[in-house]
Amino acid sequence: MAIKAGLKILKNSSWLGWQMESNWTDPFLFAIYSLVKPIAATLLIVVMYIVVTMGQVQGTFFSHMYIGNAFYMYVAQVLFGVSWVVHEDREHYRTLKYVYISPANIYIYLLGRGMTKIFLTTVSVIITIVFGVFVLNIPINVMTIDYPLLFISFILGILCIVGLGIALGGISLLTAKHGGRINEGVAGIFYLFCGVIFPISVLPNWCRSFSLYLPITYWLEAIRRAIFGITIDQATNFIPTSSVISILTVSTILFFILALNIFKIGDYFARKKGLIDMTTAY
Amino acid sequence: MAYAIETQELTRLFKTKSKKGKKEIVKALDHANLKINEGELFGLLGPNGAGKTTLIKILSTLLLPTSGDAWVNGHSVKNEAHKIRKEINMVSGGETSGYGLLTVRENIWMFSQFYGIPSKIAKRRIDELLVTMDLSDKANAKVRTLSTGERQKMNLVRGFVTDPTTIFLDEPTLGLDVNVSRQIRSFIRSWVREQSNKTVLLTTHYMMEADELCDRVAIIDYGKILACDTPNNLKRTVGKDSTIRLEVSHMSQPKRFAQMQGIKNFSYSHDNERTTTTLNFIIEDEAVVSDIMSEIVKNSSKIYSLRKTEPTLEDVFVSLVGRGLK
Ligand SMILES: Nc1ncnc2c1ncn2[C@@H]1O[C@H](COP(=O)(O)OP(=O)(O)OP(=O)(O)O)[C@@H](O)[C@H]1O
Ligand SMILES: [Mg+2]
Repeated sequence: MAIKAGLKILKNSSWLGWQMESNWTDPFLFAIYSLVKPIAATLLIVVMYIVVTMGQVQGTFFSHMYIGNAFYMYVAQVLFGVSWVVHEDREHYRTLKYVYISPANIYIYLLGRGMTKIFLTTVSVIITIVFGVFVLNIPINVMTIDYPLLFISFILGILCIVGLGIALGGISLLTAKHGGRINEGVAGIFYLFCGVIFPISVLPNWCRSFSLYLPITYWLEAIRRAIFGITIDQATNFIPTSSVISILTVSTILFFILALNIFKIGDYFARKKGLIDMTTAY
Repeated sequence: MAYAIETQELTRLFKTKSKKGKKEIVKALDHANLKINEGELFGLLGPNGAGKTTLIKILSTLLLPTSGDAWVNGHSVKNEAHKIRKEINMVSGGETSGYGLLTVRENIWMFSQFYGIPSKIAKRRIDELLVTMDLSDKANAKVRTLSTGERQKMNLVRGFVTDPTTIFLDEPTLGLDVNVSRQIRSFIRSWVREQSNKTVLLTTHYMMEADELCDRVAIIDYGKILACDTPNNLKRTVGKDSTIRLEVSHMSQPKRFAQMQGIKNFSYSHDNERTTTTLNFIIEDEAVVSDIMSEIVKNSSKIYSLRKTEPTLEDVFVSLVGRGLK
């Protein structure tokens, strides 16, 4: 019964998310935009990399950065996406209060609204990788990819990112729209500390210890191992793959529990301060 | 038996800052006690800033009380919000909520699904309610193209489509034209009357609406419940008397009405051309009206109009707080 109700909410909120993503323009433009956006973002990184390394787009280091960057899109998109729902529903559509007072489980609602982001980001990631393989000669061999590892780590990572989105959603309940800076801050932390564009082994000691507490670090490590078989980050590449997965699993569960509690606390204070139906003048 | 809605010393404070930056505390609700029975159509009447919306927000689990407690269908708003949410819905008037890019039907449908209403039932109810609200022709229009009044009607459908046991309506007819308001009032009335276990709590600052629609009315000002009773009983507290005003064809000797039994006060006036006479009676008991009529007929005068004026809820409010509602 509860599962059926939950699925109904998931289905409808996903549908709503899809409508919002896709309805702002006609389908053709939407498709073009979805294609062009990731490639443009990727090219930007590639150009930056070329400038920094003075013309080098070969080698393991570049490939690892490229993949890290592609998968980081999930963090940026889903994290912003889920917490943005709070602002959008509350301050723009003024519907948050009606969702809130309904029996719908708000986590499922937020997850549903984030589903479209996950789907669209997956399209972007695939486009980015295909572009990387064919244009930039990223050495990916579809025959040697460890698919079970890729699948498991992918699911765990997405769960973790959705959890983060929910936690930020709870914090967003307490802030007005300009509180978006918190999102940028959190996304920035993951960008710097999780080995997205450079190995965490280059970080100072204390930063590296911090990195080793973040599940995203292990997520990217596992993804790279699944795709390339090896990784170059000396801070993590000695850890056996089974341990990487165990650490990722445990830290994802802990992160998720933490995230739900952060949301609950945000929810409590928002209800106490009367912020669920807050309106702002922007 | 538990009440549909009960509040006990319900208090809600808001911290605000004055123009000079000083911190101030607003008492939006001040030890409010209310008991509303299942099946009642209950009205909250009060001027702007009285605390009506605040009460609705607390009861619909949007806002926590500062102190005191409230129960909806026996569940506390403080720690049983999840139980309350299954049984209620809320609509607030004068706002433009809704997902602009969905159609009216899609919008309502989605919310009905958050309550787990089976598809067939939801579809049927949406159709019926759209007809009731006179919104059928807009069913497939995008919400962003709707006028304010149409959005409000859509929101009313959203509220009723889940068939809640208790519904909170915050100024449901605010800003709507006369016909639509009347239609909505009659819908609300029949919704409560035709089912035995439905409760409506509505707020309004139209005293006519409270008077004509509600079984009982609470008058609220500065967060305090000042009075709570049926509209008739409330009006009776101001004075039992009613005023009867009659326009008749010219009468030469109206004075004798003053001597009639049961008449507390009598006055009259003639119009300039001496074609009509206006008679004003203040009476305690409406039974004397027929005596008055037969006296007029005996006099072979014609009756052009008869109007009875009674004390209004506005008078009740004035007598309670010493100022008007607006
Ligand atoms: N979020 C808030 N922060 C500060 N003060 C508030 C807040 N919400 C309400 N108030 C104050 O509480 C008091 C009661 O407000 P409320 O909205 O309940 O009045 P109301 O009876 O619904 O009035 P209206 O008829 O204008 O809708 C007002 O003085 C209002 O300024
Ligand atoms: Mg109000």
